[in-house]
Amino acid sequence: MKPLPFLLIGAALAGLSATSQAQQLSGAGASFPAPLYQRWGVEYNKLHPDVQVNYQSVGSGAGVKNFTAGVVDFGASDAAMSDAEIAKVPKGAVLIPATAGEVVFAYNLPGVETLNLPREAMAGIFLGKVTKWNDPVIAKANPGAKLPELPIMVAYRSDGSGTTYVFTQHLSTISPEFKEKIGTDKSVTFPVGVGGKGNEGVTALIKQTPGTIGYVEYGYAKGNGLAMASLQNKSGNFVAADGEHGASTLANVQLPENLRIWPVDPEGANDYPIASFTWLLLYKKYDDAAKLKALKDFVTYGLTTGQSFSEELGYIPLPAPVVEKAKAALATVQ
Amino acid sequence: MDNIVTHAPDFFSNSQAEATKAIARSLWNRVLTSVCVALSLLTLVPLVSIIYLVLKNGLPLLSWSVFTQLPPAAGMVGGGFGNAVIGTIVMVGIGLLMSGPLGILSAIYINEYAPASRLAQAVRIVAKLLTGIPSIICGVFAFAIVVSTTGRFSAFAGGVALAVLMLPTILLTSEQALMGVQSAFREASYGLGATKFQTIVRIVLPDALPAIMTGIMLAVARAAGETAPLIFTALFSQFWAKSLSEPTASLSVLIYNFSTVPFPHQIQMAWTASLVLVAFVTLANITAQLVFSKKH
Amino acid sequence: MSRESSDSKPIAEVRVGPDLFHALCWVASALAVATLAWIIYEIVTSAWPAIQKFGFGFLGSSSWVPNREVFGVFPFIVGTVASSFIAILFAFPLGLAIAIFLSENFLPAPVRQVIRFVVEMLAAIPSVVFGLWGIFVVIPIIKIFGDWAVKNLGGVPIFSGPAYGNSMLTASVVLALMILPTVTAISRNALTAVPKTLREGAYALGATRWEAILGVILPTAAPGVVAATILALGRAMGETMAVAMLIGNSSRLSWSLLSPGGTLAGLLANQFGEAEGLQVNSLMYAALILVVITLFVNVLGELVLRYTQSQTAGIR
Repeated sequence: MKPLPFLLIGAALAGLSATSQAQQLSGAGASFPAPLYQRWGVEYNKLHPDVQVNYQSVGSGAGVKNFTAGVVDFGASDAAMSDAEIAKVPKGAVLIPATAGEVVFAYNLPGVETLNLPREAMAGIFLGKVTKWNDPVIAKANPGAKLPELPIMVAYRSDGSGTTYVFTQHLSTISPEFKEKIGTDKSVTFPVGVGGKGNEGVTALIKQTPGTIGYVEYGYAKGNGLAMASLQNKSGNFVAADGEHGASTLANVQLPENLRIWPVDPEGANDYPIASFTWLLLYKKYDDAAKLKALKDFVTYGLTTGQSFSEELGYIPLPAPVVEKAKAALATVQ
Repeated sequence: MDNIVTHAPDFFSNSQAEATKAIARSLWNRVLTSVCVALSLLTLVPLVSIIYLVLKNGLPLLSWSVFTQLPPAAGMVGGGFGNAVIGTIVMVGIGLLMSGPLGILSAIYINEYAPASRLAQAVRIVAKLLTGIPSIICGVFAFAIVVSTTGRFSAFAGGVALAVLMLPTILLTSEQALMGVQSAFREASYGLGATKFQTIVRIVLPDALPAIMTGIMLAVARAAGETAPLIFTALFSQFWAKSLSEPTASLSVLIYNFSTVPFPHQIQMAWTASLVLVAFVTLANITAQLVFSKKH
Repeated sequence: MSRESSDSKPIAEVRVGPDLFHALCWVASALAVATLAWIIYEIVTSAWPAIQKFGFGFLGSSSWVPNREVFGVFPFIVGTVASSFIAILFAFPLGLAIAIFLSENFLPAPVRQVIRFVVEMLAAIPSVVFGLWGIFVVIPIIKIFGDWAVKNLGGVPIFSGPAYGNSMLTASVVLALMILPTVTAISRNALTAVPKTLREGAYALGATRWEAILGVILPTAAPGVVAATILALGRAMGETMAVAMLIGNSSRLSWSLLSPGGTLAGLLANQFGEAEGLQVNSLMYAALILVVITLFVNVLGELVLRYTQSQTAGIR
């Protein structure tokens, strides 16, 4: 009686898998680029009905695990793979920058529509040292703004995320104290504040309580109409968080041979200080020629036509030189 | 219990005391009834609030086409979640096919065949421990035993994860259901010369069936709504599934995906999917109750 | 006997049935045990490096700092126990009240049937939706309550300020609602399974309805009610998504119910996807601790049950 279901399922597995015709590619990994990759998959399928590309966000860490275990056709990660991690992949790995994003300081402060945050304040708020909105450090950079004497409520990401990684990496670069007390990672422990799960959780925290500030992906702040602070960059200018300044940051990046780089503290006068690439993870070698061709075509599509969806969805399109280098890297995949 | 004899001499005052006591008892009875009804109705407030929220946000996009179309990607309009509806039904079905017989047969063993045996005691502990395992661990487990070994994400792996999730609920409620069957029934059956097998299959199981169904429905409801076990086993798919051995869409993962993005259309779609999920499980529940209570 | 022989089945065939069935049930039971053993084996294997490195210090340490590879789960253990017990504190009386309400004839049967479906509908609502409901509906209410409580009851440690919306209390309230269908459905089954004769006997002795319920029916149904509570408690402790969305996910310990907290399952949901290396091991160690806590709770439940049964031995 009992083995029957198993037999049926076994038969179904064997029988049905043989009938599938379309070339299927599945990927898993970082959550940040998921909407864009899924859009590419759907749009590409419209052009090439015989190719179905799936992407599901499971987190960069799980994505790298799946990629290493070989249960996906490609992976994706916000934090790139280290050399040690690449060495563990039996089939080898090629990293391809596929899109980019910005991390913004979003805040909820009625009556204050524009806010300049100096570097000292950025780190100070998350270290729990700047605790009031009218703190001199903030007030000095915002002449004319009516800053209330409200306590600053801090909202952070409680789940591990590439967003937190990029964010803490920047703050660690500009503040030795932040580096020493908190450091850089995908999940860190802040001395103050409340944790929200995901960008949407932090967004909800910011929206709910006046006086809250937190860090989210640009797309979320834009999509939810949150106010975003202008951040002071290395050259001392206050730069608004938008596509233009993010693109300026990326255009000034010199990509190394392995395409793995973070503009941790960009130097350009107009560069938005917290921007980052996110990577597709491909194997060096694919055994199935048809699969290889489909995958290469798909990634080429994403690097070219696919970039046109970026603005709409809150990503920064890759600058042309980066696309060229990414294509060159793609050519090495066999 | 008051002893009438000891009170008998003081007849008059006793009856007055008895009367006061009777009034007090009946008053107490009414108070408790009111409290019970009040508490029950009070609890309905948050319940109705949730259901209202789901209806309010889910109804606007509800149409026949959500069942026939594929999920919209970010920034697109229209679309639906037909593949996710099928995926959820298939994976919950696989989970139930495995956990149902396993849970019910184990419950029969520990309640009918060898209630005091070591194995029965172990099963009881095991079932209770399984209830406390976070759903994400069910996913990690199914990943390790199915996805890693077959080398791919699949509906089958998702079903295995859900089976693990459903097993303790089905097992424990079945055990309770069997315990609820009066021993007089069993004795009567033996008295008529039935074997143990006949007694279990013809007398005990039919009597326990409605309660077992409650457990199955609780398990199905939970499995249909869980994201974590499926995300690590079945992944998700933007397309119609063609086999049980490929990444498969499910309503719960779709709801999770779409509720975590900044795109209004997808967020609306997440609410509609929640509504459909709740409606499906409720319909299944009502059908099961009707079918099995009639039989009973 | 004569009925069976009139079906003209050979005795041997009848005998094979039951024996096979007995064996089948045994196999199912063994499989259930094997499943848990396998899961625990998987958890322990992946937790092993963390167990070796941190030992029991893991349970007592309060710092969870992934980038320094320092892991300790004490605040999460406290949060798990606190949030699930508070949830039960809410869900048990309410669930039991509804279960009694549904098994008695206070209201006409169709009304009860509707209420029953509404409660069971709750079981089908995905955790994410509970989380969203918590964010939109519960948090604003808890905030108003929190501000009031801090002002008026601030002296009591559990209501000390400042009050947050994402807090232990919010998570517990939503958890209570999530486990309500489990408490209600199983308790109701246990109550309706009480033989009619017992109730009639109580009435015949002159008991009022509630004397019958409290004195006879509830004690008889106690094992079922306790089982329901334990099942619900396990569910509350293992709940991931909704808790992660509402509790504020902080590892700072506080007496206040209005402060953010964290649970083991929530920790897993938050960090598993992005974890690497020792962090994965530590998360699995945390899962193992959760299983052990569940074991404790069950032993506790067993003791409660034995006590109830010894108290009501006369009735049973």
